Amino acid sequence: MTLTQFNPLELLAVLPEFALAIWALVILLADVMTGGIKRRTLGLLTAIGMLGVLVISFLTMPAAGQVTPTVLGDMLRNDLYTFVFRAIFIIAGALTALLAADFKIARAGGEFYALLILATMSMSFMAASVDIIMLYLATEAASISLYLLAGFMRDTPRSAEAGMKYFVFGAVASTVMLFGLSLIYGASGGMTSYPPLSIIFQQQSPSTIALVSQYPDMFTLGSFGLLLVMVGFMFKTSAVPFHFWSPDVYEGAPTPVSGFLSTASKAAGFAVMMRFIYYAFPPGLSPVSNIWVVMMQPIAILTMFLGNLLAVTQTNIKRMLAYSSIAQAGYMLMGATAFGWAQDRADALASIIFYVGTYMICNIAAFAVVGAVTNRIGSENIKDFAGLSRRSPYLALSMVACMLSLTGAPPLIGFIGKLFVFRAAMNANLIMLMIVGIVNVLISVYYYLGVTRAMYSDKGTDAPPVTVGGSTAWVVGLSAIVLVLLTVVATPFWNLALEAARSFLS
Amino acid sequence: MIFPILSLIMLAPVIGAVIILLIPKDRNDAIKTVAAASAMVSMLLSLLVVLAYNRTLGGFQFAEKASWIPSLGVSYYVAVDGFSAPLLLLNGIVLFCAVLVTWNLTDRAREFFAFLLMLAAGVFGAFMSLDLFLFLIFYELVLFPVYVLVAGWGSGPREYAAMKLTIYLFLGSLASILGLLVIYYASGRSFSFDDMQRGMAALKDTVEIQRLWFLPVFIGFGVLASIWPLHNWSPDGYASAPTAVSMLHGGVLKATGAYAALRFGVQIMPEGAKYWLPLIAILCLGNVIYAGAIAFRNKDLKYIIGFASVAHLGLVLLGICALNVYGFNGAGIELFAGGVMTGLMFSLVGIIYERSHERDFSKLNGLIKVMPVAGVGFMIGSLTAMGMPGFSGFPAEMQIFMGLWAAAQTNSLMFPGQLNWWLAIVAIVSVLTILITATWTLRIGRQMFFSDPVTPEWQALPKLTGIEKVAIILPCVVCIGVGILPNSVMAIIETGVQAMMKSIGG
Repeated sequence: MTLTQFNPLELLAVLPEFALAIWALVILLADVMTGGIKRRTLGLLTAIGMLGVLVISFLTMPAAGQVTPTVLGDMLRNDLYTFVFRAIFIIAGALTALLAADFKIARAGGEFYALLILATMSMSFMAASVDIIMLYLATEAASISLYLLAGFMRDTPRSAEAGMKYFVFGAVASTVMLFGLSLIYGASGGMTSYPPLSIIFQQQSPSTIALVSQYPDMFTLGSFGLLLVMVGFMFKTSAVPFHFWSPDVYEGAPTPVSGFLSTASKAAGFAVMMRFIYYAFPPGLSPVSNIWVVMMQPIAILTMFLGNLLAVTQTNIKRMLAYSSIAQAGYMLMGATAFGWAQDRADALASIIFYVGTYMICNIAAFAVVGAVTNRIGSENIKDFAGLSRRSPYLALSMVACMLSLTGAPPLIGFIGKLFVFRAAMNANLIMLMIVGIVNVLISVYYYLGVTRAMYSDKGTDAPPVTVGGSTAWVVGLSAIVLVLLTVVATPFWNLALEAARSFLS
Repeated sequence: MIFPILSLIMLAPVIGAVIILLIPKDRNDAIKTVAAASAMVSMLLSLLVVLAYNRTLGGFQFAEKASWIPSLGVSYYVAVDGFSAPLLLLNGIVLFCAVLVTWNLTDRAREFFAFLLMLAAGVFGAFMSLDLFLFLIFYELVLFPVYVLVAGWGSGPREYAAMKLTIYLFLGSLASILGLLVIYYASGRSFSFDDMQRGMAALKDTVEIQRLWFLPVFIGFGVLASIWPLHNWSPDGYASAPTAVSMLHGGVLKATGAYAALRFGVQIMPEGAKYWLPLIAILCLGNVIYAGAIAFRNKDLKYIIGFASVAHLGLVLLGICALNVYGFNGAGIELFAGGVMTGLMFSLVGIIYERSHERDFSKLNGLIKVMPVAGVGFMIGSLTAMGMPGFSGFPAEMQIFMGLWAAAQTNSLMFPGQLNWWLAIVAIVSVLTILITATWTLRIGRQMFFSDPVTPEWQALPKLTGIEKVAIILPCVVCIGVGILPNSVMAIIETGVQAMMKSIGG
């Protein structure tokens, strides 16, 4: 398609992203024009605006069960898959904004919230992209916003270090990814959009046969390119062996940002990865696709084991949550492995989407509690959570709910999420992987319960109660309730995930 | 029946817990009143269920069924038969008494009662769910409040005990879940009890599958019923747990394990049961004799009652191993009678310890003058435990031994061409339990209550409060009432057992 065929109606597909961009500008202007209104107000404004965008997103929601065309020069696809991930990003962003409103971030003015909104916008572009140029642009835009957010507490050396580290590692990863993308571009003879890429790398298609006679190495080159692109994705999702940045960055970054990084950014990594590997290299149809199908399982196993085992040894709660979130990525990769091998791909993909969504709520709430407590007691040591059940019973109770949900204990929503992922692995005949998953859940019981143990059993000092700001209290309370209630009404959400997976596959 | 009485029984403690969490934490009286009220509602409603159960009709009654997660074959399906209805009442009684015994608690009373009620709700749910998935949710729901309650409000090495207990039970439930998942897949992917039973019976190679998977399921649930040699968590746990938790855990929660082993182990896999159970009976001998002997030797009151509860569950499991009407009847009554008895004993020990801070019974003396009601209660509990005619333990133990004796005349499936002759030896040896129990209970009773009041400080202990007297008298009335009129419980249990025998075809 050329630009002369441009149909203005196609812009409707990116209306929510436009709205987000506009809202980011509004926040910036509001900060400047009013001569710096209160930080809290800005946070609330950001959250309200993002929820407004969620409404817009609902209004432009594609209907279930019909094929959605790609738009804007085969760059984007606004299907239900995009819709669901966009909703996840926006909710995560709004919750983070509310938390940041209470969090002492030095000089957090309009630019902090504007960056948060822009990161959210870029992430939903990541989920929608069906073109390698769009993929790279969206990923970079999201990353750059996140580098800045991670290093936002410029006065705190640890935060500055986190931002720098994240930037250096991230830049290397994205360079490697860009190199991989250019190899694929070259090997395919200049294709950027996923659908033609999938055709060119299929062995039997006539155009490929012609191409192979000219460039006998195109499959090797493509495979190598895919491998390098996977490095970028693994960095984004903090999968082993490209996970090493996350404990340092989560520890140093402002806690609400850590929560955002560990949920929305990871979800975006999965969204963009699934889109790319399935659309450009559908499993079974090209020799290149074997690369990702085969490598997914060992990565999942390593990620689960490494994340869980190292989380056991942590004493700093933010580092513990960082390793736990690496382990959680392992469970999601388990779903991705099942996606590669399964007959019923919709079910496997839906299990990832469902898992990502439920994990987002638990983890943001967990970071919210951690942020509120560490802000107050000035220590991030798990031991210093002792006696929290006396100091702030509700906060402790909510943390228990988050920890149990992250473990996957019934009746919390994390249990249903794990169940669907494990079932997807089972249905794909990945029995070994499933058993590894179960063993890992067992390991994780230890450190998740360790937090509970600290909060409930160790006699705390008779310190004053930990007071939390209004918006943090709302975030934590609401999430805790959702964690419990979502189990009861899981079916509609599962059906939505399933519809999203079907629209992705159609 | 349209009135959702079973759901109400289960929801009453949940609603109570939610209300409690909303009460300001310094209003201890309001907290306890709500806890007692919700426990009472559950108790009365479960009494109503026992009374209104149609014995001539038999089968599962008061059924409520609603689709929940259709994509997994999960439904909300609760109903009771003659076997499980008295267990609901048991839980109601013990929960009510447990709340009364804990009336003096001031340390974080709000969280304590909320967790206790959640625990009870889980047990209620486990007894009534006929959907395996639902059952497992309730079953696991129980484990985590127990952890927090023991670690947070216990005494002695409570963190060690809590972690040990949780790990044992978690691993046990994992073994069961693994076995049951295989059954779920083999029998047609429905979690409904009826479907699983039917699907299992209809399988082509059903005998082999049942023989293979019965063992993990039965032993896994057996861990919660403290089957020897996996009983070790129980005395440690009960010695450290707060009184109310020991009561509920020893009296009722263990019954959940035995009940689950019977319902989801024996009833779904009768072929596996017939193959393995005569052999497992030998393990149960370890409970009855070994644990009894330790109770006999020990001086620590809490450990003694802990081991006594291990022995009591041994009798229940022996009854199940007999696999005939007598054995099941006996197991059913023993679960009910023994549960009430264990609850009573734990409450007495708790009351005495709370006043004297002395757990070594040999140092206590002459307490009958200070707390006559406790002394009488202890004797009634002792006589029930040893199976004295006229008390509720008698019809139970009598039938269990008769059942074992009868089972000795059946053909062994494991060793073809032989009878299960060793069951006769098991029966004879296990009769010794009466002697062992009689010795230790009488010895302790004499020393604590009826010896000369040597130590003046014991005579200065505060008298029992009216509320504590109620908590002691209520279970005593049940013990004697069921002893004099065994048919009051036996008639209803028999209807359940008859249906079970028909379904397992023996």
